[in-house]
Amino acid sequence: MRIDGKGRIDRTRPVTFTFDGRAYAGYKGDTLASALIANDVRVVGRSFKYHRPRGILTAGSEEPNALVEIVGPANQTPNTRATVQELFEGLEARSQNRWPSLRFDALEVNDLAAPFLSAGFYYKTFMWPRRFWEGVYEPLIRRAAGLGSLSGRHDAGVYEKAWAHCDLLVIGAGPAGLMAALTAARVGADVILADESSEPGGRLLSDAAEIGDQPAADWVATVLAELASLPNLRLMTRTTVTGAYDDGTFGALERVGLHRRPRPNLPRECFWRIVAKRSVLTAGALERHIAFEDNDRPGVMLASALPAYMNRYGVVPGQRVTLFGNNDGLRGVARSLMAAGVTVAAIIDPREDAPEEPGVTVHKGAQVVRARGRMGLREITVRSGGREFRLETDCLGVSGGWNPTLHLTCHLNGRPRWSDELAAFVPVEGAVPGMLVAGAANGTFSNHGCLAAGAEAARASLAALGRVAGAVDLPQAEDAPYRIAPLWAVPGKGRAWLDFANDVTVKDVGLAAQEGFRSVEHMKRYTTQGMAPDQGKTSNVAALAVLADATGQAIAQTGTTTFRPPYTPVSIAAMGAGGRGEGFAPQRFLTSDQASRDRGAPMIEAGLWYRPGYFPKPGETTWREACDREVRMVRTAVGVTDVSTLGKIDIQGPDAGRFLDFVYTNMFSTLPVGKVRYGLMLREDGHVLDDGTCARLGPDHWLMTTTTAAAGLVMRHLDFVHQAFCAAWQVRFVSVTESWAQFAVAGPLARDLVASALGHAPDLPFMGCVPVTVQGVAGRLFRISFSGEEGYELAVPTRYGEALFRDLTARAETMGGGLYGMEALNVLRIEKGFITHAEIHGRTTAFDIGMEKMISGKKDCIGKAAAARPGLLGAAREQMVGLVPLTDTVLTAGAHLFAQGVELTRDHAAGYVTSVGYSPTLHSHLALGFLQNGRARHGETVRLVDRLRGVDVLCRVSDPVFHDPKGEKLRA
Amino acid sequence: MRLTCPLCGPRDRREFYYSGAAVALDRPGAEAPPEAWDDHLHNRDNPAGVTQDLWYHEQGCCSWLKVTRNTVTHEILAVETVGGDSTAGGVA
Ligand SMILES: [Zn+2]
Repeated sequence: MRIDGKGRIDRTRPVTFTFDGRAYAGYKGDTLASALIANDVRVVGRSFKYHRPRGILTAGSEEPNALVEIVGPANQTPNTRATVQELFEGLEARSQNRWPSLRFDALEVNDLAAPFLSAGFYYKTFMWPRRFWEGVYEPLIRRAAGLGSLSGRHDAGVYEKAWAHCDLLVIGAGPAGLMAALTAARVGADVILADESSEPGGRLLSDAAEIGDQPAADWVATVLAELASLPNLRLMTRTTVTGAYDDGTFGALERVGLHRRPRPNLPRECFWRIVAKRSVLTAGALERHIAFEDNDRPGVMLASALPAYMNRYGVVPGQRVTLFGNNDGLRGVARSLMAAGVTVAAIIDPREDAPEEPGVTVHKGAQVVRARGRMGLREITVRSGGREFRLETDCLGVSGGWNPTLHLTCHLNGRPRWSDELAAFVPVEGAVPGMLVAGAANGTFSNHGCLAAGAEAARASLAALGRVAGAVDLPQAEDAPYRIAPLWAVPGKGRAWLDFANDVTVKDVGLAAQEGFRSVEHMKRYTTQGMAPDQGKTSNVAALAVLADATGQAIAQTGTTTFRPPYTPVSIAAMGAGGRGEGFAPQRFLTSDQASRDRGAPMIEAGLWYRPGYFPKPGETTWREACDREVRMVRTAVGVTDVSTLGKIDIQGPDAGRFLDFVYTNMFSTLPVGKVRYGLMLREDGHVLDDGTCARLGPDHWLMTTTTAAAGLVMRHLDFVHQAFCAAWQVRFVSVTESWAQFAVAGPLARDLVASALGHAPDLPFMGCVPVTVQGVAGRLFRISFSGEEGYELAVPTRYGEALFRDLTARAETMGGGLYGMEALNVLRIEKGFITHAEIHGRTTAFDIGMEKMISGKKDCIGKAAAARPGLLGAAREQMVGLVPLTDTVLTAGAHLFAQGVELTRDHAAGYVTSVGYSPTLHSHLALGFLQNGRARHGETVRLVDRLRGVDVLCRVSDPVFHDPKGEKLRA
Repeated sequence: MRLTCPLCGPRDRREFYYSGAAVALDRPGAEAPPEAWDDHLHNRDNPAGVTQDLWYHEQGCCSWLKVTRNTVTHEILAVETVGGDSTAGGVA
């Protein structure tokens, strides 16, 4: 029901929305919860286990009941708290966990079966027969369990993530937070003030308190106006700080667009990582419930929610309100409601010495023992002095006391301390380095106390940063003491609820204790207390107290409630913002990329690079046809391919040769200028790290190439070796991978093609390198080959790459040659027995690949000592071999090798296959692989088995070099 | 987690590549016995308390850093380049 003249909503801007398909009206400034209350909607959801009708319990993010699905054009968001969701025109919300409808829910039968569904029911019932689990029990439980549902489609919404840095992060903008921010910002500190709500002010907007001589809300407006004038203060509303992490890093979720009508490119949420030199936690406190029979009936609410709904949104959830609580706070609630003309029928206070309140009947030493009204509260039963009576009421506000919102202080393993005086856990000092806790979050509940503590926390934080904050005048404010007599559960026979979200009752906790789950951690797991989306914000402490009672211990001895991030649910989409689809990883494109795509080449991902797989010709219907043709073209004429993805590291300095000797197994310092050498690099543990060529461009100038896959790895390795072991050597190096475009020209006509491009014959011996001018551009020419044919690689600065690629392609085509892609490149190197990271996969040694002789005896190098250790050499090692099937069969990488006649079990496996391809040169499928003692077994027949893909074929073991074993073509 | 690179200043851990115990810096001589190499390469302590490990400022200056930190309190006690130049304390 709407109250005239109250609330901060904009009554000039009506908003229509739907709930379960029915249209309702609200105002701008409403939450979905306040708008539903305005429309007298009492049942908003069904409980998790018993499907009991539930109403709105709170006015904040701690809400356990009012979870709804928000349906948008791009997504469907389950478990949205109606108390947080702001209203916008066209908002479509649906209740959850009910079928077929909210008013009639078939699974409410669970509520009648409640005696059988107590804590541990699932553990006890669905244990046997064992075979029933997958087929019967699990599907059954799955259908019945869970709250909201997903659309089953991708969430097409836009999310963002961002970083922020500050001197002081103030978490929560209630009285303490506003004062802290003001104190720090006035002296120029870089301050971020983050608040969960749409409007800063916290409870000052909810209560009818006065600050100074004005209504608290006016004081808030004055402070906000001053903060807005300070450029060093950033106010982040709708932003929940969700986690505290090491070294002053915080996670925070900002609701950027959730309160607006969806439109393209409007981000829904932004996940912030805030780095703060100091922080002040002023997150306030959360009210807690009291357990009594059927205390979950719609219309039973937390007492503080009533003034919040009235003063912020101008709504009241009932016409005849009763209040039940164990602390003095209820008096303010009663006064606030009555001042607005709401009838407060009674205050029920269990304390015999409870204070009177003018205009209200106060039942002292009394307790509410029962609530009635399945679809909405109708009456309560009160027990007082041994007699029971009924009170007619449609709304009961309950206050079991207040829990400081200390969640963030637990995120780095801080354990809160029990305070008997407050009957609550309070944070311990220093739980989060650099963080001070002030105000209600620290157990200081009066407005005056909060203002003073906020200012003091800011001063202390700035002092720790070496800054002085001046004194801030504290305005006059209420400073009443907080008086409470603990009451957790009213004794009685019926079911009394603790955790509304997970349907945990007082009996469940008692049962857990009775069955031996006496530790709080065991009780939580057995009953699921505190494990719902609300994480037990309104129920954990009461459940702990009930457990303490059941086990006969004090609360402080029973345990503590602790919390992990996030404080409130954070969508994975926000944390991973930007990482979907093409945002998952950066993309690196060759200078020839467009030219390759122009020719219809499908691109293959190679690390972050995109490389052409093959270049289809008209009439070719499979990749194999194109690949076979490209291989034959290279073997008989000439082929061109882009090899710019190989890592290129420019190394200079008088000690460069010495450095290369240390990182490569073989000797480089003796290499003449103008020559290239193949090099092998080991890890310190003796396994192969990478291989590649290294050219000596000048006396102190070298160019190392790495494989595409290991370019970053090798750079990191070189940096480590240099900085850790030989920092004094005069050598420097830098990656130039992206500075040069480099093209391989291979085949019997390669020399003619290079001559045509350069305008003169290259006249370069095998493994030579020389500076060249390519049509006026300074470049480099290397005579190296990865195909086994006569081969050159021509490099030019990147900006000339595409032009040279197109030029070389055109020239090759006039000679009967053309482009070849990754598929052909792979077949060419397999035919030749050249390795890639399929072979040097991290578990192979120089010995395994037949290169142990490349470990020079004349010098030390990284990995040399370990490479010689027992177990990394010898016949027991799986050594690289070639494999040729005896019948025409497609081979598969990953297949296992067995001796003929042995049983196909894992312990009989004698090796495995690393690379496969069809060789049009040898008219056979070929493979490279590793076989125990393989080099001594050339000519033997082994069995190649791939059970996943159904391959089982006999293969002849051979030397891995199938084509031109003497290398005559290379050196031609 | 944040590390203060001696060259770049305080940075988020995402800028760094982690590479295990700082034992890797104490390379045995070429003639050292196999046991020494075994310890160097494979045997690692798993301390609850102060430890030293290597971090590479891959998205910064490419320095290799030796970080002294407490695995229990998460305190960063020192960050130094493996060649020297230490800054005491990890957080600005
Ligand atoms: Zn750095």
